[in-house]
Amino acid sequence: MEGKKGIFSFLIFVVITFGFPWMLTNDYYLSILILSGITAIGVVGLNLLLGYAGQISIGHAAFFGISAYTSAILTTNYGLSVGTGIFSGIALSSVVAVIIGIPALKLKALSLAMATLGFGLIVYIFLNETITLTGGPSGFVGIPRFNILGYDFYSDLAYYYLVAIILTFVIIISLNIINSRAGRALKAIHSSENAAMVMGINVARFKLFVFVLSAVFAATAGGLYAHYLSFVAPSSFDFHFSIKLIVMAVLGGMSSVWGGVIGALFLTSMPEFLRIYEELETILYGLILILCMMFMPQGIVGGIGKLSGFVMGMFSRGGGRNE
Amino acid sequence: MNNGTSLLKCSDVYVRFGGVMALSDVSMDVQEGTIAALIGPNGAGKTTLLNVITGMVAQTEGSIFFRLDDLSEAQPHIRSQKGMVRTFQNLEVFSHMTVLENVMTGAHNLYKYSVLDSIFKTPRYFSQEKKCREAAMEKLRFVGLEDDWNKNAVDLPYGKQRLLELARAICGDPVLLLLDEPAAGLNPKETSSLGRVIAAVRDELKITIVLVEHDMELVMSISDDITVLNFGQVIARGTPGEIQKNPEVIKAYLGSDD
Ligand SMILES: Nc1ncnc2c1ncn2[C@@H]1O[C@H](COP(=O)(O)OP(=O)(O)OP(=O)(O)O)[C@@H](O)[C@H]1O
Ligand SMILES: [Mg+2]
Repeated sequence: MEGKKGIFSFLIFVVITFGFPWMLTNDYYLSILILSGITAIGVVGLNLLLGYAGQISIGHAAFFGISAYTSAILTTNYGLSVGTGIFSGIALSSVVAVIIGIPALKLKALSLAMATLGFGLIVYIFLNETITLTGGPSGFVGIPRFNILGYDFYSDLAYYYLVAIILTFVIIISLNIINSRAGRALKAIHSSENAAMVMGINVARFKLFVFVLSAVFAATAGGLYAHYLSFVAPSSFDFHFSIKLIVMAVLGGMSSVWGGVIGALFLTSMPEFLRIYEELETILYGLILILCMMFMPQGIVGGIGKLSGFVMGMFSRGGGRNE
Repeated sequence: MNNGTSLLKCSDVYVRFGGVMALSDVSMDVQEGTIAALIGPNGAGKTTLLNVITGMVAQTEGSIFFRLDDLSEAQPHIRSQKGMVRTFQNLEVFSHMTVLENVMTGAHNLYKYSVLDSIFKTPRYFSQEKKCREAAMEKLRFVGLEDDWNKNAVDLPYGKQRLLELARAICGDPVLLLLDEPAAGLNPKETSSLGRVIAAVRDELKITIVLVEHDMELVMSISDDITVLNFGQVIARGTPGEIQKNPEVIKAYLGSDD
């Protein structure tokens, strides 16, 4: 990730992300890109948890939801600024993540999966049942568009660049953490918790750190989502969406930050273009998971890495390391 | 070599797994600057004692003192931070990382900086990472793995993975190093060079060692002091010369092996 190859990947990302979308004349495509970018912010965070630290959360949609609704309610009903609303959503999500994470992460690996599964269902039921607060199953309408310092992001292109900038920061933060002492600790925990402890790593604390960090990224995405669509409903943050986030991480490639971005882009846009029914979509996710496990354990990014390593190897001796 | 200060003291340790008494009334004193070997037949309780010392298994009874601290209830990472590091009988290298990263992880608490330092890439991040990398390279040279620093840990052959675990363990500058069968699976040539490295860890790095090992030639050649376990009990202790002559040990262990 460090070095020439990392910088090269980053430059490609910046050029593609910032260089082309202004040429897009089709609003529909632009809105898909915006939703992909928002989702990618969450998936990159989930990937730190899942791919790097090896901890599973099957309720990550709930962090999107808590933040989206918190900000929606505070800005729409109480007239707070969007910035304050999103910030409050992120704060609440991280507090909730700490409360769930402390007991769940102290126990065995699977208990986080169980705890987040239950948590995701509870949040979903809560959003459906507290109708006076959330609007219930029919959703919450009239959320203001994102604005900051008097600038309204009414045009989709402006919103796109907002999301792109935030995604870029999320990627930089993630890459910098991975290439550090904390990143090594997370990878160590993934390989062997026993050996990690012996190296003096406070395993419970680092697991909690990465869980809360992934919740913060998910919450950031949730806020951006609410203030883009101006409408949220519980069904956007259900179990199905939590699974979809995991499939995005696996398909894109769990051992790379870029995997989260590519997985989110793929699985946000593909169902739109193919116009698949939801039932079929679920089957498709199952299929993707199985195929990835069997043929592409490193996901799309790993596949690209292998291919480029192969091509480079044909031209120069040695070839590139796959990262 | 033996300056007479006790570094590690296990007193009256009992461990019960269901109906199995894995350790009963085990006491052991390790003197600073020595290699203290712990031997015994399969299932004698050697690994269990290392697990108790490092905090990975809770003793049913008994205490662990380390440099005068009572660490009987301390968590494993706290014991590590106090200077106690081990290797594993079944290799536990960090397979998702390179050789160098594995060893750098060993220095987790030596070259510290905050997560914010890494996010903002502060000068502190760069200087600490540089020191950490240099220390890790030095340890790789110490065990003879410097040419493999950029390989994936899983791609190393078995014998080198054992050396990698050793390099990772000493990179945190421990006071006490506990080795669980470091020569298992090595050929005689690899074993004798491993023996030289272990002796150098004691003599050059001044790290005290607890060595669990089945290879008697290795144990007899580098140990200062030997404790023999059988069915969870200490049946003998002494110098290599004394142990080799001890009839009970020969009966319980050496006899059955040869
Ligand atoms: N976690 C555990 N649960 C139940 N029994 C255990 C556990 N760990 C060890 N034992 C038992 O405790 C006894 C001592 O095992 P231990 O692994 O300490 O032996 P050892 O001396 O290291 O043997 P070896 O030379 O084969 O490594 C054995 O009877 C073993 O089956
Ligand atoms: Mg053992």
